[in-house]
Amino acid sequence: MLKNFRLIAAALFFLLTTLLFLDFTGVIHQWFGWLAKIQLIPALLATNVIMITAIVILTLFFGRIYCSVICPLGVLQDGVSHLAGRIKGKKNRFRFVPAKSWLRYGILVLFFIAFVAEVSVFVSVLDPYAAYGRVASNFFSPLYRQGNNLLAFFAEKIDSYSFYSTEVWIKGWITFGVAVITLFTVGFLAWYNGRTYCNTICPVGAFLGFLSRFALLKLTVNREKCTECRRCERNCKASCINVSTMNIDHSRCVGCFNCTKACQSDAIQYTFPKAADKNQNTDKNIPVTIKNNLNSLSRRGIIFLLVTLFFTKTLKAQQKLQGDGGLATIEDKKIPNRKTPIVPPGALGVKNMKTHCTACQLCVSACPNNVLRPSEKLATLMQPEMSFERGYCRLECTECSQVCPAGAIKPITRAEKTAISIGSPVFIKEKCIVNIDKIQCNVCERHCPTGAITRVDSEPNNKNNTLKIPVVNKELCIGCGACEHLCPARPFSAIYIEGNLRHHSS
Amino acid sequence: MENNNNNNNNNNNNKNEISRRNFFKIAGTTAVGTTAAIYGCKPDNKSSMTGGSADEVPTDKMTYRINPNTGDKVSLLGYGCMRWPLRQKADGNGEEIDQDAVNELVDYAIAHGVNYFDTSPVYVRGWSETATGIALKRHPRDKFFIATKMSNFSDPSRQASIDMYNNSFKVLQVDYCDYYLMHNIGPGEGIATFRKRFIDNGILDFLIEERKAGRIRNLGWSFHGDVKVFDYVLAMDVKWDFCQIQLNYQDWQHANSVKNVRVKNVNAEYLYGELVKHKVPAVVMEPLLGGRLARIPSQALSLMREVRPESSAAQWAFRYAGTPENVLTSLSGMVYIEHLQENIRTHAPLVPLNEQEYKTLDKVTEILIDSDYIQCTECQYCMPCPYGLDIPGTFGHYNRCVSAGKILKNANDENYKKARREFLIGYDRSVPKLRQANHCTNCNKCEPKCPQRVEIANEMQRVDLYAERLKQNLDF
Repeated sequence: MLKNFRLIAAALFFLLTTLLFLDFTGVIHQWFGWLAKIQLIPALLATNVIMITAIVILTLFFGRIYCSVICPLGVLQDGVSHLAGRIKGKKNRFRFVPAKSWLRYGILVLFFIAFVAEVSVFVSVLDPYAAYGRVASNFFSPLYRQGNNLLAFFAEKIDSYSFYSTEVWIKGWITFGVAVITLFTVGFLAWYNGRTYCNTICPVGAFLGFLSRFALLKLTVNREKCTECRRCERNCKASCINVSTMNIDHSRCVGCFNCTKACQSDAIQYTFPKAADKNQNTDKNIPVTIKNNLNSLSRRGIIFLLVTLFFTKTLKAQQKLQGDGGLATIEDKKIPNRKTPIVPPGALGVKNMKTHCTACQLCVSACPNNVLRPSEKLATLMQPEMSFERGYCRLECTECSQVCPAGAIKPITRAEKTAISIGSPVFIKEKCIVNIDKIQCNVCERHCPTGAITRVDSEPNNKNNTLKIPVVNKELCIGCGACEHLCPARPFSAIYIEGNLRHHSS
Repeated sequence: MENNNNNNNNNNNNKNEISRRNFFKIAGTTAVGTTAAIYGCKPDNKSSMTGGSADEVPTDKMTYRINPNTGDKVSLLGYGCMRWPLRQKADGNGEEIDQDAVNELVDYAIAHGVNYFDTSPVYVRGWSETATGIALKRHPRDKFFIATKMSNFSDPSRQASIDMYNNSFKVLQVDYCDYYLMHNIGPGEGIATFRKRFIDNGILDFLIEERKAGRIRNLGWSFHGDVKVFDYVLAMDVKWDFCQIQLNYQDWQHANSVKNVRVKNVNAEYLYGELVKHKVPAVVMEPLLGGRLARIPSQALSLMREVRPESSAAQWAFRYAGTPENVLTSLSGMVYIEHLQENIRTHAPLVPLNEQEYKTLDKVTEILIDSDYIQCTECQYCMPCPYGLDIPGTFGHYNRCVSAGKILKNANDENYKKARREFLIGYDRSVPKLRQANHCTNCNKCEPKCPQRVEIANEMQRVDLYAERLKQNLDF
């Protein structure tokens, strides 16, 4: 009963949280954006006192329910573990293992130090929610989008506008690599040992485990009823039930209720421990199935993903002939060497981003303009930064600021956005096609939303030259990148945006 | 284009005995006919054609016109070889002409009485002559007339021009050319450009010599743009065997009423009248304005349907172009066999327009002139754009939305949400993002190449502005 309830809740949370990373239309975020905000580390980073208190109280009442239901990485592990059991055809495959407390508390202490010292890489690698976010945005999201593109392809055939195709690309190879390692490590541990990761490495697990020692409701063994069949121990994926000593290690118990369901003599009860036997004992567990097959996608998924990526290489044009028609080749843009990274409006500045972001990639997945991607610099590794090779930060969009659960990008309105300057323009005369191709061009001026670009005579003293080149007014620029993205100079734009260390009003 | 109406007729005529199969056949074609009438902002107007219609395209009823100079019996439907079908190369590295499809189309056309094939060294990225040559080589030389052109725009030097001339014979695999044209006279600096291309380098004299030698059977020219050049060339002391002009019901009297073109086109009424005066047979190009007259707005189409319920807009346009007696042939660049079939039916035989129908077309023209069309016929002359834009693709998408009545006048339109979505999604489907109007640099390299004198840069900005309004959900 309890277990079924847990299963349904976990599946629901997991599915919806995953959808946050998949949906690129913004609809899911409108309804379920809060799911990211109830995650512990983002709440801590956002100093969301209410949410932190809520999680602490929840744990003090019910134990580590959070780990079983809310944490998507935890549910992912349950899925993998269940699948392993199915494939190996083994029931009762766990056994009690003593706690490696020095390791988990050691990591927790390190994590705490890193958190305070703002070593954001360490924090974001270990945050289970962010780790799952990276997995979802790097593996599940491309698959989801590819599926969508397939539907869009057929929709186009029948002149339907229900689906439109979307770009699929690996936004940062380092982040992709970290996601691969995360998935492999977590997957490996879950495959062989259930919740090992949560009880040895995860700092959230360690923290909540510490709290749940004092939880009001606990699983306890009724010694009188217990037949020492060890079903519970053999089904505890947290490996925290020791039938020999009749002990349950509550700091490691994630409240999955597999044991209660496994026990045939009703010897395990979820109750106030005082009311039960003072000694903590347990009975038996028979694990039942976790109805979560979502993760079976991953291996086949990766292959499919790589194959599709191979085939979706952006279209390239061809030919150079004297005849009419055809399309000129368009060279890919390259990222200019920016001294200061550009972070989205709402982030307040580079520092705020660095100290608050947990690198979950939610904003990166949500960005409809392909502007956000994870940073490749060590100090801000995997945290979002902007670049304009594939699009620019369109004025009407505030998507990233709406989804951020960690307060790294604060919610802003469309009106506010038009007045936030996140960067300023740099014009490189030598790269401008007006000077290179000797033709007129007004793309940057035309698309500047704030009129920060005007054009002046390229050679004021030469009457024969009527060509005009842009001049920029840094005071007016908000750093949206329209000029950089649309600039016809390739591979490097003749005008690019340098980030503002601290955002200011324009 | 719709090809199914005749089809329906045919089916309906012999339905004395309706078997089940016939019933489905009729039901099927009717359904297709109905759906084809509803246009959308589609990337292409591929229409489907069903049910045994291939057999019903007459092979022996083509209308022919006699060329008074040579006595050539020319089919009133001419094949424009400017839009041959393309396919992806086997190695995935770019595109090439789909020669199998070209052969199929040419075979079909010849089998059904089409005998005039019009190409140029620059058509289809310079591949058209070769492909046309390969396809025609498979037929007896006296079964077809071939027309090609001196397209010496980029290099008007004598040597380059003569090389171009000789190469045409080589790749077309012929030793004489039936119709040879000085290509696209009128644009650029007008008479000066004409003189540079044909007089100063002695190419016109060269061509006249070639005609004497029998290698050119008919010498003429194609015209766009500045009427001074037309008058100038027509008045020259040269015997012109034919002349190619743009003629359709919009251009007859309203070539200079359309908006947003740099130099107004000349009314076809004038051009045609002059040709009649000078006894020069006319070859008609753009009878459909690049397909635009086949996809007219629904209120215009219903005007036509009131008079002839079963006729398609394309049929009307061809009948308009073919009715004047001095027209030798109307050129149509047919990519799909279905278009070819429909056009053959229209011309086999061609039924001239009557008074009432002319009046209907006047009303249709009024609607067209008032519409928001960009005057682009998707001829690809402007391409490739040096900055990679797809100009005809962008304009084509816009025009299709105009035809479908899906361009919004303002943000309060009741269809706003739907039309916005269709325009934007359809835009991305028709034109890759990097090739869309917002990337236009305004460099104006394309405008001199446009035979329709579209103010390309301005029109690109118009499309861009419209798309931006929709994207930003702006009030307008």
